[in-house]
Amino acid sequence: MSTAEKYVTAAYCVVFAVVLLYVVLIALKLQRLEREVDELEHRQPEPADDGEREAVHVG
Amino acid sequence: MTVPRLYRVPLPALAAASLVLVTTALALVFFVAPNDADQGFSQRIFYFHVSVAFTAYACFAGGAWKALLHLWKRDPRADLESYVAIHQGLIFGSLVLVTGSIWAKISWGHWWLWSEDQLVLFLVLFLFYAAYFMLRFSVDPGPQRANFSAVYALFGIVLVPVSFLAIRIAKSFIHPIVFTRHGPNFGGWILAAYCVSQAALLVLAYTLYRIELSGKRIDLRLRELRTA
Repeated sequence: MSTAEKYVTAAYCVVFAVVLLYVVLIALKLQRLEREVDELEHRQPEPADDGEREAVHVG
Repeated sequence: MTVPRLYRVPLPALAAASLVLVTTALALVFFVAPNDADQGFSQRIFYFHVSVAFTAYACFAGGAWKALLHLWKRDPRADLESYVAIHQGLIFGSLVLVTGSIWAKISWGHWWLWSEDQLVLFLVLFLFYAAYFMLRFSVDPGPQRANFSAVYALFGIVLVPVSFLAIRIAKSFIHPIVFTRHGPNFGGWILAAYCVSQAALLVLAYTLYRIELSGKRIDLRLRELRTA
């Protein structure tokens, strides 16, 4: 492999590596967002289900 | 002003198009395009170096256009779109500097020459947009930050034609000129490989822009939900 070939390969590898790194960072960010959505879902209070309430005598 | 969802290309289709175009471009660059008579094999950097440079300019121009829309029509989405476009421009700008330096090392024997106006001007453009992020993150989120960022992005676009023309008006003429008033200085498979590379990088940049924008919008909505 000549010097020019090595440098050209290096240049294209840099482009590939930067794009790959960017995609990995975006993927990590999306994972974090998914976790945050799950957290928010768990925080929400359970909706009251009137249909299953047991009848109680009052008074 | 936003593109209605109906006219938007779906992200998977964009990603597939990027993959096909980048693969085709690489095949044309390495297996079809002939060696340059002057520079030999090292000229093959040109296909991605020039394409990446035009893509960076396109991203900065897109960022400025969205900034203008923010200031002019008060489009609530334009600020975030301008920010993401400039972020893309900076990533592609860093690739221009790296691939250009590698080419300079082969052709000139130096990684960088401070005496070359066109190199320094591109570095100035790159640092100008890098400072955009310093400005943006030094102001609290809100209309003021959006206005400052938009005005800064609009100022930056002036540097793009200066950087582009610097290659033509540089006295030393060391940096090759591939596009003249009479069209490109090449033809045949070299032109075909360049056109496919340019299309590939533009589609790739747009795909990455859409992905990053979706992430940022979800992030923003989550923050709003948390504070609600």
